[in-house]
Amino acid sequence: MTAPSSQLPATHSSGIAFILKKAFISACVALILFSLMIGIRTLPNESGQLTYVTRFPQLAAMVAIVFGGSIVVELLRLWWGPVDTARVIPPSIQSALDFGGRLIAPALLIFALLVPVIFYQQRYILDLAILVLTYVMLGWGLNVVVGLAGLLDLGYVAFYAVGAYSYALLATNFGLGFWECLPLAGLLAACWGVMLGFPVLRLRGDYLAIVTLAFGEIIRLVIVNWQDLTGGPNGISGIPRPTFFGIPLVPGDNGFAAKLGIPFSPTHRIVFLFYLILALALLTNWVTIRLRRLPIGRAWEALREDEVACRALGINITTTKLSAFAIGAMFGGFAGAFFATRQGFISPESFTFQESALVLAIVVLGGMGSQLGVALSAFAMIGGFELFRGFDQYRMLVFGIAMVLLMVWRPRGLIGHRAPTVFLEHNRAIAADLVKEGRG
Amino acid sequence: MSGNDILAVEHLSMRFGGIVAVNDLSFTAQRNRITALIGPNGAGKTTVFNCITGFYKPTEGSIRLTREDGGFRQLERLNDFRISKLAKVARTFQNIRLFPGMTALENLMVAQHNVLMRASGFTLLGLLGLPTWRAAERDAIERARSWLDRIGLLDRADDAAGNLPYGDQRRLEIARAMCTEPALLCLDEPAAGLNARESAALNELLLAIRDDYDTSILLIEHDMSVVMEISDHIVVLDYGVKIADGAPRAIRDDPKVIAAYLGTGDGEEIVAEGVS
Repeated sequence: MTAPSSQLPATHSSGIAFILKKAFISACVALILFSLMIGIRTLPNESGQLTYVTRFPQLAAMVAIVFGGSIVVELLRLWWGPVDTARVIPPSIQSALDFGGRLIAPALLIFALLVPVIFYQQRYILDLAILVLTYVMLGWGLNVVVGLAGLLDLGYVAFYAVGAYSYALLATNFGLGFWECLPLAGLLAACWGVMLGFPVLRLRGDYLAIVTLAFGEIIRLVIVNWQDLTGGPNGISGIPRPTFFGIPLVPGDNGFAAKLGIPFSPTHRIVFLFYLILALALLTNWVTIRLRRLPIGRAWEALREDEVACRALGINITTTKLSAFAIGAMFGGFAGAFFATRQGFISPESFTFQESALVLAIVVLGGMGSQLGVALSAFAMIGGFELFRGFDQYRMLVFGIAMVLLMVWRPRGLIGHRAPTVFLEHNRAIAADLVKEGRG
Repeated sequence: MSGNDILAVEHLSMRFGGIVAVNDLSFTAQRNRITALIGPNGAGKTTVFNCITGFYKPTEGSIRLTREDGGFRQLERLNDFRISKLAKVARTFQNIRLFPGMTALENLMVAQHNVLMRASGFTLLGLLGLPTWRAAERDAIERARSWLDRIGLLDRADDAAGNLPYGDQRRLEIARAMCTEPALLCLDEPAAGLNARESAALNELLLAIRDDYDTSILLIEHDMSVVMEISDHIVVLDYGVKIADGAPRAIRDDPKVIAAYLGTGDGEEIVAEGVS
C-alpha cells in the first residue's frame, strides 16, 4: 500500500501487471484472513452442540471485492499521482485555511461563550458541551507534557483521578468547599506529577511511555483496592455540588435563584458548570500560552528538539522535565476536581487507560503543541463521536476511518505547524516537518 | 604554568572498559587565545572535549578552569549543565545540534535561559508580566539581534533553524554558544563541511570573538588552513597521547606530528626535511 508511484513501472503493460500482482497479493491476504472470519460460521444446533457451516460464496465475494478494490485503488493512485500534502490540499484552499485560521480562534471563543444562551432549552447539548470542554482542558494540560516538552505520557488519567479523588475526599471528609479544594486538587496532582517525573527522568521514548502507562494503572489499582479511604470499586458518592461563590444552586430560600428573585430551574446549575469549565479551560490555555513565551516554555520546546544541546547550554534538564510534568498534572488535577463536582459520584471506572488514550489521541490529532488544534480535535473527537450516534454499531468504524483519513492528509495533526514564541519582524509559522516530536 | 591560563588539563585519562581513549594528557589553554586541538581521526580529541564540557566523567585527572579574578572550578567535579551555567564553558557539536523547529532568534533566546530564568523570577514574575521581566526579555532579544547581525543572519532571524543552509547553521551554533556569555568556547570542528569562502568568514568570526569578547577558544579542527591561520597555540594528540604542543610554526615542522598524520615506514620516523 505504501509503494509510491515512482516505483511504478514506466510502460503501460508492466503497469497493468504490477497492478494485477498487487491485487492478487491483497486477495490472498484477504482469503487467509476471511477464511476463518467469514468462510466458517459456528452455530449451536438444536441440542445445544456447537456445529459449523461453511459460507464459501460470501468468502468468494469478499475476496473478489478486495481484488477489485485493490485494482481501483491502484488506478486511482496512478490517476492522482504521488501523494503529498501540497496535492491533497491545493494552495488556494491552504491560503483560505490560513486566513480562516486567524479568525477561527476568536470565533470559537465567542461561540463557546454563547452556547448556554443558544442551547438553553437543550440539556443534552449543554451536557455534551461540558464534556467537550472537559476534554479540551485535559488536552491542553497534556499538551504541555507531550506537545511542548515532548515527553510521551500514557498515564495522564492518573492526575485526573488524583484531582477528582482529592476533591471528593476533602469535601466529603472535611466539608471543604469546591473553591478551597480546587487549588489543593491541582497542587496534589502536581506533586504526583513530580513523583512520576523523578523515576522517568532518565527514560526516553517507548520506555517512558510504558512507565507512565504503568503509573496510571498503579493509581487506578490503588484506588480500587484502598477500600477504607476511597471506597474501592464502589466509588465515592454524595460529592457536594459547586456553589456560586458560596451561594448554593438549589431550590429554596437561600438558593441562587431565590437570591436573584427568579424562578428556580435545574438548568442554572448546568449553565454554571458550563461557564466554570470554560473558565478553567481558558485559564489552562492562557497559562500555557504565557509559559511558552517564558524561558521555561522555550526550554521545554528546546528539550523536545534536542536534549543534548540543552545540557550544553546550561539548562537543567531535571527541573525542566519535572516542571512540565507538574504543570501538566496540575491542569489534569483541576479538570479532575471539576469532574467530581459535576458528576457528584466518582469511581475508578472513570479513570481507565481508555481515558489516557483518548486524551493523547486528542493531542496527537490536534497537532502536538498547537492549542487551537487540540481544541478542535477535542471538539471533533468527543462531539463527533456523539454526532455519529445514528450509525449505531458502525460508529466506531466511521470514526476509525475518519481518523485514518485525517492522519493520511495531515500526518502531523490538524495544526501541525509551529508558531514561533518570539520574532523580530515576521511571525512565520514553522513547517511541521522541521518540528521534532521529541523522544522523551 | 603561567598565571594567564584559563584551562589547565592535568593527567587526564579516559577509559571505556579496556579501551584507553585519552591517556595521561596534560595541556593548558591561555586566556584570550585560540588553542587548537588536532590529531588524526580517533586520536581522542572529541573525548577530551566531552570530558571538559561534562558529557563524560574522566577516569582520572583534573580539569581546572580559572576565572579572571583568580577563582577556579574543577570541571571534572561538575556535571553537565552546571559546567555551562557555573563555569561558563560553552560548546558546539561536530554534527550541528541546533533546535531545528525553532527560529534562529529562538535558538539564541534558549541560550540565554539561565539569565532569563532569574529575570522571570523563576517563571512566577514572568507569568504576571512584570516590567522587570519585560525589560530583561528586551535585552535578551537585543543581544540575540546583535549576534544575528554579527553572523550575517539578521534577515533570517524568523526562519526555522533547520531551514538554514549548512554554513549558516554552523555560524548560528557558534552564536548560540556565545549567547551564554562563556569564558571558554569549545568548538568541535567548526569548519567541517564549509567551503573556502565560508571557512574564511569563520576565521574572521573566531578572531573577532577572541578580540572583542572576553572569551578564549578551544577548537578541534581538521582543516589546517583554519588551524594554522588563527591558532595561537596547538596541541597535537595521537592515540590519546599528546605528541606535540607549541606555536603553529613549530607544530608544522614537528617530525612527530608529520609522522602521525602521514604515517611512517616500518615504524621509523620520517626525517622532517624529507617531507616538508
